[in-house]
Amino acid sequence: MTRLAREFHSVVCIKQVPDSAQIRVHPVTNTIMRQGVPTIINPYDLFALEEAMRLRDEYGGTVTVLTMGPPMAEDALRRALGLGANRAVLITDRRFAGSDTLATSFALSKALTRIGEEHPIDIVFTGKQTIDGDTAQVGPGIARRLGLNQLTYVAAIDALDRDGATITLRRRSEGGVQVLRSRLPCLITMLEDTNTLRRGTIQDMLRAARAPVTTWSAEEAGIADPMQCGLRGSPTVVKRVFAPRPRADKAEMVVVEGKTPAQTADAVLDLLFAQSPNLEAALSARFKS
Amino acid sequence: MADAPQQPAGGRAAMQMQLAAKFKDYRHVWVFVEIERGCVHPVSWELMGEGRKLADDLGVDLCAVVLGPRTDDTKAAISQTYHYGADICYICEDPLLADYRNEPYTRALTGLVDKYQPEILLLGATPLGRDLAGSVATMLQTGLTADSTELRIADDKSLAATRPTFGGTLLCTIHTLNHRPQMATVRPRVMAMPEPDRSRTGRMVWHSLGMAEGDIVTKVLEFVSDARIEKANLAYADIVVAGGMGLRQPGNLALVQRLAEVVGGEWGVSRPLVQKGWAPAERQIGQTGTTIRPRLYIAAGISGAIQHRVGVEGSDLIVAINTDPDARIFDVAHLGVVADALTILPALADAFARRLPGRALAS
Ligand SMILES: Cc1cc2nc3c(=O)[nH]c(=O)nc-3n(C[C@H](O)[C@H](O)[C@H](O)COP(=O)(O)OP(=O)(O)OC[C@H]3O[C@@H](n4cnc5c(N)ncnc54)[C@H](O)[C@@H]3O)c2cc1C
Ligand SMILES: Nc1ncnc2c1ncn2[C@@H]1O[C@H](COP(=O)(O)O)[C@@H](O)[C@H]1O
Repeated sequence: MTRLAREFHSVVCIKQVPDSAQIRVHPVTNTIMRQGVPTIINPYDLFALEEAMRLRDEYGGTVTVLTMGPPMAEDALRRALGLGANRAVLITDRRFAGSDTLATSFALSKALTRIGEEHPIDIVFTGKQTIDGDTAQVGPGIARRLGLNQLTYVAAIDALDRDGATITLRRRSEGGVQVLRSRLPCLITMLEDTNTLRRGTIQDMLRAARAPVTTWSAEEAGIADPMQCGLRGSPTVVKRVFAPRPRADKAEMVVVEGKTPAQTADAVLDLLFAQSPNLEAALSARFKS
Repeated sequence: MADAPQQPAGGRAAMQMQLAAKFKDYRHVWVFVEIERGCVHPVSWELMGEGRKLADDLGVDLCAVVLGPRTDDTKAAISQTYHYGADICYICEDPLLADYRNEPYTRALTGLVDKYQPEILLLGATPLGRDLAGSVATMLQTGLTADSTELRIADDKSLAATRPTFGGTLLCTIHTLNHRPQMATVRPRVMAMPEPDRSRTGRMVWHSLGMAEGDIVTKVLEFVSDARIEKANLAYADIVVAGGMGLRQPGNLALVQRLAEVVGGEWGVSRPLVQKGWAPAERQIGQTGTTIRPRLYIAAGISGAIQHRVGVEGSDLIVAINTDPDARIFDVAHLGVVADALTILPALADAFARRLPGRALAS
């Protein structure tokens, strides 16, 4: 991964996730009801994809999309091709099942190494986090394993100097934005709402339907030791899954019938200050000075 | 944990923990103290409060880790770690740690862990904490549970970290088998802020970074403070007023903002308003936004979806205004008003202005 590509090359890691807006929990068994729930590309990954395509449009080169998942994850890759990605790689193997973030970053970093051998990589992009796993750990995990400069929560890429192999960007941190200069190759996790996803062109959509998707098993992805994959390669284990406990008591309802908004508001304040005498004192105190 | 709930409940989950010999000596609970530009992030003290309980349950020490340049701010942070419960403070002071960068911070923290071998390591789920935790856990090849909402010591003395999954619809409890330290991050405001005990002191242990600027690839060119960008500090606001889709039009957000101003609080929104571009992302409250823990939270025209709820449950008092008497927000609220938010919000602003001394002019 240290060799710099002659042609600019980004790889975007995308994940196919269930559209969680449509997920329901079985009321009795407390299990996720996945049947019929449509899948989408993890929404955060689309900002990474768009950023990679924007750089490609400016500097030329190739955008590869990479995913680890079941065979049906090919759909997500085709959708990305339809949006304008150039090449797609799926790694799929039963031995990947049950991967936690450490095992996921292991498998993805192996696939990235193989991709990089054929076509050296300048930037690996990931989303900020997934909406199902929601950990934001896979990006840093990949960076560490491949020894890439890790640049998380990137809000904007200001400049790219391909000859000097440097990149200047803005990274969100607590209380402000860091302007950083780092070196290629690097790993960037892209912040949300940082760009606007393009619509795919008709040509891209047509191409996407027929384009080949490179599909690798664990072995083909260069994984010699399956002990680091899937459940066996995952240090964490889920011992219990349960629904949040609903609160026993409902809200005390303020009577509004026959009252003007002003009277209702007064009633709310009376109840509020009755429930929490400290609140009135605290509120009054802060405006005294 | 990426696909946590898909893992079979039996099998590995039922496995007895057999800790490898090399991990047997890993002891004590550590909290990484996050300092950025001289300020300790309050989530670090919240974690110390929680870490103290875990350490007491295990009968071990609570240790703080302070990384930073040798300054008065760092010195102040070190003595504060004892006030918030630390027995030992591990310190790495080096000019290279002045601004947060992944490389030197990862080196310092993994170096300390390798040397002093903690069984539990906690960090805040902030941009800095998440960046560092992900890379340190990978270096150490250990498990990391993100955004935990509850930490407990299980019967076998291992750490049980509970976190929401699938956008808060379910909770899952995660253990780290046969690897140490057991790592977890916790979002700001999820744990309560402990009372500091200013008489406490403890032991200091110094560690050297062993790096030169030339070893670090990434350079900080500039820091653009949010003071210039004007950003919300929702997480730590005492009073929060938020609006949802019940506001109907972007212009009506002004009603929420005015009430927030009258009571001296912050304003926020539910996610759809951010998605529609009515408000910036840092105003979003909930699972994928900010967790709040104010003394008073007023939710207007918000239905109370689980993803919103998990972000507000820690509020002391919740007032909900919704035209639908069956709205789920009333399950989590303490006071409910079934009425039109567009008329109640201005009425509330007026009522507060009238009843708070010195506020009448602000209205
Ligand atoms: C992965 C994921 C993450 C998410 N994260 C978040 C998150 O962090 N934060 C978040 O908020 N949401 C989040 N959501 C979205 C969440 O599921 C809900 O869709 C969202 O909270 C609903 O917002 P709302 O209550 O404003 O809108 P709606 O659900 O449309 O509710 C509007 C409410 O306003 C009431 N109303 C209508 N007119 C009036 C009126 N005149 N006066 C008073 N009340 C009125 C209605 O009765 C209704 O209850 C997430 C969803 C997913 C899938
Ligand atoms: N199975 C996967 N295949 C490809 N990329 C992934 C996968 N899981 C996670 N990622 C990437 O890592 C990012 C962070 O994921 P997470 O740590 O699960 O929140 C996502 O936004 C993706 O870009």
